[in-house]
This record gives sequence, structure tokens and C-alpha cells, in this order.
Amino acid sequence: MNASSDAPQPRPPDKKKQSTAGVPQPDSPGEKTRSNWTDYRIEIILGNVLRTGVLLSAAVVLLGAAIYLTRHAHQPADYRIFRGDPSEFRTIPGVIHSVIEGRGRGWIQLGVLLLIATPIARVLFSVAGFVLERDRLYVAFTLIVLAVLLYSLLGSGLTF
Amino acid sequence: MTILEFTSVVGVVSFVAGLLGSLTGLGGGVVLVPLLTILFHVDIRYAIGASLVSVIATSSGAAAAYVKEGFSNIRIGMFLEIATTIGALFGAFLATRIPTAAIAIVFGLVLLYSAFISRIPRSQTQRNLPPDALATHLRLNGSFPDLEGQRTYNVQRVPSGFSLMFGAGALSGLLGIGSGAVKVLAMDQAMQIPFKVSTTTSNFMIGVTAAASAGVYLSRGYVDPGLVMPVMLGVLAGSLVGSHILVKAETKSLRLVFSLVILVLGLQMLYKGFWGYI
Repeated sequence: MNASSDAPQPRPPDKKKQSTAGVPQPDSPGEKTRSNWTDYRIEIILGNVLRTGVLLSAAVVLLGAAIYLTRHAHQPADYRIFRGDPSEFRTIPGVIHSVIEGRGRGWIQLGVLLLIATPIARVLFSVAGFVLERDRLYVAFTLIVLAVLLYSLLGSGLTF
Repeated sequence: MTILEFTSVVGVVSFVAGLLGSLTGLGGGVVLVPLLTILFHVDIRYAIGASLVSVIATSSGAAAAYVKEGFSNIRIGMFLEIATTIGALFGAFLATRIPTAAIAIVFGLVLLYSAFISRIPRSQTQRNLPPDALATHLRLNGSFPDLEGQRTYNVQRVPSGFSLMFGAGALSGLLGIGSGAVKVLAMDQAMQIPFKVSTTTSNFMIGVTAAASAGVYLSRGYVDPGLVMPVMLGVLAGSLVGSHILVKAETKSLRLVFSLVILVLGLQMLYKGFWGYI
């Protein structure tokens, strides 16, 4: 898309131009403008949260891959028949336990859990953003989304 | 095949899927499940689990680049996420209950629809529609940077857009895809949201939608670490490379080739589903 998104440079030369293009001019009055501007700032923060989460989880998965491949490279791979993962790879306590034991697949699952947590963190930050804007309707909407996400994680048997 | 060979080949295929999905804007997730099941004979449940995880990775990775441009509308995104997350949860529970042949048939139909919709040019004409009462109350109307400064838009038909989004979420949860094609229908056609706004906002929503069904998949043992690892890393790397190379001249023919691939995979999935080879 654009070159400035590839590295976290503190102040890329075109950043200023871009943000004035994306944001209504600050001197135009009205509550709507202010709220749009705050929206834009929140979105930038959210974008950075997402990118950090994805890079962190990819790094953890890579580490797991290195351990897993050094130990199991020459065993046969077979995914033809669905058996379901063993329980140590499908609950949060199970994953943490196998990470402590230094198992490669445990680390990969930890990376997956971090990846799932990333959009949830994004929703949490959005709640904070709408609270700052005193937008009650959207605080409520965002809390509904958060509740569905937490239900999926906690209610589906992942925690035990 | 040994684990090392399997990991390498699946990683390369996932990289190409992520690259093409990003270059054509059609998404890589939709071809992954059929490729894994048809080429590598992976059980469709493992394939769906791995694809869903890769969808979260690419959506979250790309969103950071998109938001800088100021096109996405956080309110539209958050409001519609109520529908997509509940739909995704419903879809994921459905996936654990219906036979895999039925999943394959639904998948085939979605692939055919995606191939069809990718050939229809998306309307980019300026429309000055009157504000809709419900959309105004929900503060969904917005503006985005255009050549002549800020352009405002008024969102239409909120209830039908919201219902279609529930469907998009359910398909995402059932099939482990981002279901971009259904989101286009909801946001472009029903709600009349400008092309650039709907594309970026939908990308922003995909990660949250997929996270809603990922918990169910993980706890049911669909997310196998040995398969997820090459798929997630391959697709993520492919889509990151794809978003940094500008091959505008080639995109048109690339899009045609990719939609033909989607069409063929869709027919294969239908065949496998109906004849019970899955």
C-alpha cells in the first residue's frame, strides 16, 4: 500500500501530509469534526496495537517452529484423519504447561493465543476511546462485542 | 511425507496464497482450505482451523497500514462487529455439529459466489444520498479524504446491512474465512458505503470476527500447531510482501487468473462434498 508502513519510523517525512489529509482541518468548528479527529487518533493507536500483537505472535510461533522442527523433522506428517488435538494444546492451562516444559508445539499454540488476544486488545482500547469521547452508545456497542469475544474464549471450554 | 517436507511445501503454498490474495484484494484465506484439503488431503476441520488463524494474522497486520490513510470508519466497524461476532460464534458451533460434506458444499458455493462477484466492477460513482434517520442516530455517516478534499457520505439501509453482516460472520465462523465477498454485498450494495471506506473498514473487522470463532475452534482441537505454523507464517509473509510491491499494471490479469482459480476450487469442493470424498 504505502512504503511508510513497513518500519516503525518515529517520524516519516510524509506523515504530516498524510495526517492532514486524513483529518479535517482543526480550525473548522463543530462537535462532529472534533469527534472525527479523536476517532482518527484512536484508529492510529489501534493500528499500532494490532501490528505489535501480530509481530509478537509471529515471533513466538517461529520460536516454536524451530523447536518442533529440530525434534520432529523426520517423522511422518498425517492430517488425513481428524483426531482433534491432544488436550494439552487446546486449553489455556494446557498450553502454558507445555510451554514451561519447552515443547515446540506448546510455543506455537502460545503464539496462536497471542494472535487471538490481539483483536480483543483492540476492542478493549476502543472501549477506552469511546469513554474518552463520552459516547455512551458506542461504549455500550463495544462492550457487547467484548462480551461475545470473552464468551467465546471462556465459555467454550478453553480455560479448563 | 515427513514433517519437514510437509511444513516446507505447505509454507510455500500459503505464501503464494497470501501474496496473490493481497495483490488482487480477494484475500488468501478463501483458497487455503480447498488447497489444503484437495492437494494435501488434510481433514477439512484442521484446514479450517489453520485458515482462521491466518485470517486473524493478515487482517490485523494490514489494518495498521490502512488506518493511516484515514478511510476506515471505526463506528461502522464497531456497530457491525456486533452482528459479525455473534454470527461467527453461531457459525463455529454449527461447524462442530454438521457433517464435513455439508461444510464442503457450503464452501464450494461461497467460492463460486466469490469468483462471480470478483468479476463485477465495484461502482465508484459519486452518489449524494439523503441521510437515513437510523444511520444518523447511530452516527454512522462520515467523510474521507478525496482529490477535492473531504467527501461526506450517508449510510443507507442499516437493518439489511446488519443482517447480511450476521450472515458474513456465520460463514466466517463456519468456514474459517474472512468472507470478504459477503461483506462487499452488505456494505457496498445494501448500505451504499463508498468503496474505499467499505474495503478498509471490512479489513479492520475481519480480525475481531475471526477471534470470536477462534476460541471455539481451539477448544475443540481444530487448531493443530504443526499445520497452523506453516500456514500462518506463510500467509502472513506473503500478504506483507504483497502489500509492499506495486504491480498495478499486472493486477487486472492477476485478478482474472485468481478468480479462475477460485472458480475451479469451488467446483472441486462441490464435487467432493456431493460425492462424499471429504
